[in-house]
Amino acid sequence: MTGAEVAFVIIGLVAVIGAFRVVTSRNVVRAALYLVVTLSAVAGVYLILAAEFVAWVQILIYVGAIVILFLFGLMLTKAPIGREALDNQRRGVAFLVSLAILAGLIYLFWGAFDWDAPRLDPVEGTTAAVGESIFSRFILPFEVVSFLLLAALIGAIVLSRRDDRP
Amino acid sequence: MVAAESAESIVKAIQDPSWFLRYSWLIAFLPALAAVLNLFIGKRTPGKGSIYGITALAVALVMSLGVLWTFVGGERGFYEASIPWFQIGQLHMEVGVYVDGLTAVMLVVVTSISLCVHIYSLGYMKGDVRYTWFYVVISLFTSAMLVVVLSNNLFQLLVGWEVMGVCSYLLIGHWWEDHVNSSSAIKAFITTRIGDVPFMFGIFVLVFITGFTTSNIPKISEIISGGGASVAMVSAAALLLFGGTIGKSAQFPLHVWLPDAMAGPTPVSALIHAATMVAAGVYLVGRLFIVFLDADPFVLQIVAIVAGITMLGAALMAFTQDDIKRVLAYSTISQLAYMVAGMSMGPAGRTGAFFHLFTHAFFKALLFLGSGAVIHAVHSNNMSEMGGLRKRLPITFWTFLIGSLALSGVPPLAGFWSKDELLVVAEHEGHPILFVVLLVTALLTAFYMTRAVLLTFFGDYRGHGEPHEAPPSMTGVLVALASVTVVAGLVGSPQLGAVFGKWVYFETLERALFVPWVAVLSTLAAAGGILIGYSLYRDYKERDPLTSLGGAYTLVSNKFYLDDIYWKGIIQPVRDNLAAAVYWTNQNILDAAVNGAAAFSKALGRGVRRFDDTVIDGVVNGLANIAGFTGGLLRYIQSGNVQRYAAFLFTGVVVLAIIFTKI
Amino acid sequence: MIRLPLVLFLSATLFATGVYGVLARRNAVLVLMSIELMLNAVNLNLVAFSQALRDITGQVFALFVITVAAAEVGIGLAIVILIYRNRETINVDEVNLLKW
Repeated sequence: MTGAEVAFVIIGLVAVIGAFRVVTSRNVVRAALYLVVTLSAVAGVYLILAAEFVAWVQILIYVGAIVILFLFGLMLTKAPIGREALDNQRRGVAFLVSLAILAGLIYLFWGAFDWDAPRLDPVEGTTAAVGESIFSRFILPFEVVSFLLLAALIGAIVLSRRDDRP
Repeated sequence: MVAAESAESIVKAIQDPSWFLRYSWLIAFLPALAAVLNLFIGKRTPGKGSIYGITALAVALVMSLGVLWTFVGGERGFYEASIPWFQIGQLHMEVGVYVDGLTAVMLVVVTSISLCVHIYSLGYMKGDVRYTWFYVVISLFTSAMLVVVLSNNLFQLLVGWEVMGVCSYLLIGHWWEDHVNSSSAIKAFITTRIGDVPFMFGIFVLVFITGFTTSNIPKISEIISGGGASVAMVSAAALLLFGGTIGKSAQFPLHVWLPDAMAGPTPVSALIHAATMVAAGVYLVGRLFIVFLDADPFVLQIVAIVAGITMLGAALMAFTQDDIKRVLAYSTISQLAYMVAGMSMGPAGRTGAFFHLFTHAFFKALLFLGSGAVIHAVHSNNMSEMGGLRKRLPITFWTFLIGSLALSGVPPLAGFWSKDELLVVAEHEGHPILFVVLLVTALLTAFYMTRAVLLTFFGDYRGHGEPHEAPPSMTGVLVALASVTVVAGLVGSPQLGAVFGKWVYFETLERALFVPWVAVLSTLAAAGGILIGYSLYRDYKERDPLTSLGGAYTLVSNKFYLDDIYWKGIIQPVRDNLAAAVYWTNQNILDAAVNGAAAFSKALGRGVRRFDDTVIDGVVNGLANIAGFTGGLLRYIQSGNVQRYAAFLFTGVVVLAIIFTKI
Repeated sequence: MIRLPLVLFLSATLFATGVYGVLARRNAVLVLMSIELMLNAVNLNLVAFSQALRDITGQVFALFVITVAAAEVGIGLAIVILIYRNRETINVDEVNLLKW
């Protein structure tokens, strides 16, 4: 257990607890704020994994924009408070399903990777490296994603427009 | 007439038939044609259709005289012609004519009397509500009688016989609005029908004798006279045929219909119930005489006995009648019995019987038509409402008197000659009882006819109306008939050669015989009857002197209670009890069987339906219900709830992932 | 430095939690949040394997996922707001017109 692993375990725990509170909180705003915690923790994990560009993009986009969007959404839709208002009757089924998924996933990767394998030797996750890869190898997906963003942008505007044409 | 010594039959086919013989079938056809024409266009013809019948019958009379002329001219054979009609197995049915001297005589009688009646009805039936129909039916009737007389085979004869019966029924019930008339018509029809049943069986026996090949009369006669049938068979046939005669010719015990048939119009009574239809029974016996001759002798004895009873009984009953037509009706029954009695006395008697038929037709028709004139004047049938009419209805009176003298047998009128001939045969052929009966009846006949004449034409008028003489269409006929009555007898008088016997004979010519003492006896009988009648009824005031006979009178005036016996003994039990029993059986047993089958089918149907509803429909509905039920369960999968869909999705993904990586 | 199974374990946990949230939450916005959790778990996986396989492609792909997630959230919230406008509710249970 290296120091990085200890840090990883702590941040991981934070992320898990945060995620847990996101899905069980009775207060929607608190759920949104717990989401911030989880997303930030994940950014921290990225940093430990030496993917610095991804980490900061995570903070920027997820925490900075997406959560704000969520908060605006919550504000505009007058979300109610309380357990009965937020959780539906299928909690039991949902729990079982998620447990099944967890079990399935663990089962899938359990023997696949050597526990005592040599530790990960981090690759340079610098911005330069990422940028170089994007603009050489993945230039086409990059452009497509831009179109996607454009479409999403237009779509969001069209969808949320008030329908008061004469 | 007496039987000739030689036994060889001189009946042979005529070699060169005259035009009249060849077209003799027209004589029967023309009146039928007239009837049909009258039926369809009679009402629109001027004179309301009487012209058709009169023309047809005039032509037929001329043709009949032409036919008779052949035989007057010395011809002795017969003419037969037929066309085959159809064949059933071996049985040949044909339509044909057989004309010999007898046929010729009958033709003349029927057509002349029918023509007289047609003309008479112009006056008598004037203004009648069913004038045209009347003429249709009497023309049709005449045609039917002519068919009977002309036919050469028994089935054709039967057709004519039955059509006559129907026409008689229609005519008796001509004024059917009155219930009495329609009842009388039914009584006549049913009573003659009862006689027709043995008649038909007689025909079947005769056809059987031919081996079921034909009903042709000459052929049957040939087979029987050639010994081709057993005596028992022939006797049976004879008795059965005689049943038809008893019915149609109103002999005891089926005589009861004739007096009631007087409910019909008087011309009808004259034509049908005096001269023609009732004579058809006598004609039948005469035509099929070989059957009676070759039967066991007791058959002819039975015939004689029936005739004797009828003769006397009817003559007695004629005394007690108030209705003038009924007197004549009973007289007819009595005279028909004379003819039947003549038939029972062998071939000579046959000739005498037909001679009496010939003369009787004329004077009985005369008497009926005369009484019709009286009734027409007085508007009543009852002699108690008549009297002293000889001044007011002179022509009627004189013609009626001639007729009644002829009937009583006063020489030289027609009746004397024919009665005398029968008496001679009875005496000569050895039938003493019949001789006495004939004589007594002659006396009684004279007596009741004198009574009728005195009550009607002499004394004071007891009625309420204004009697006047009949119109010329009626009186003309009366005069014509009276003239014929005067001379008709002469054709049979032995003094003048008895030509009648040369026309009508059975296989061999008869020998004409005149026995003076018989003639005297019969004249005395007639005179005696007239005297007794005159003395009793000369001063008739109100009460019939005969009623002083008390019980005997009551018995006779109630027709010997025969009608009551028939009614209570036969008709009422059958109508009320037997018919009711049959009806009950039909409703409860037969119909119950049918209804039971129907009810069973219905119950079976209900059971099948219930099976269909519960079991079969249950299966079908059950399948549908299963589908619905399963669908109802399955629909929860599509709840519209996205999260549920997501749950299924994730579960599926996990499963698939495990499957794909681990297999 | 970090053993790979640990990271995978973390991502699996996050993913399962996200699944629970998607299935159990009634509010549509909370469902979207849970979807974000799932996406983050995926990203974590990608980055981890990128480090384990010494290939930068994993991180590039993670960037793309983040971008798409952003677009998706934008559209998703627009739809939620539209639904809220029409039906006065964003209770997922009540938006079930596509049922039988």
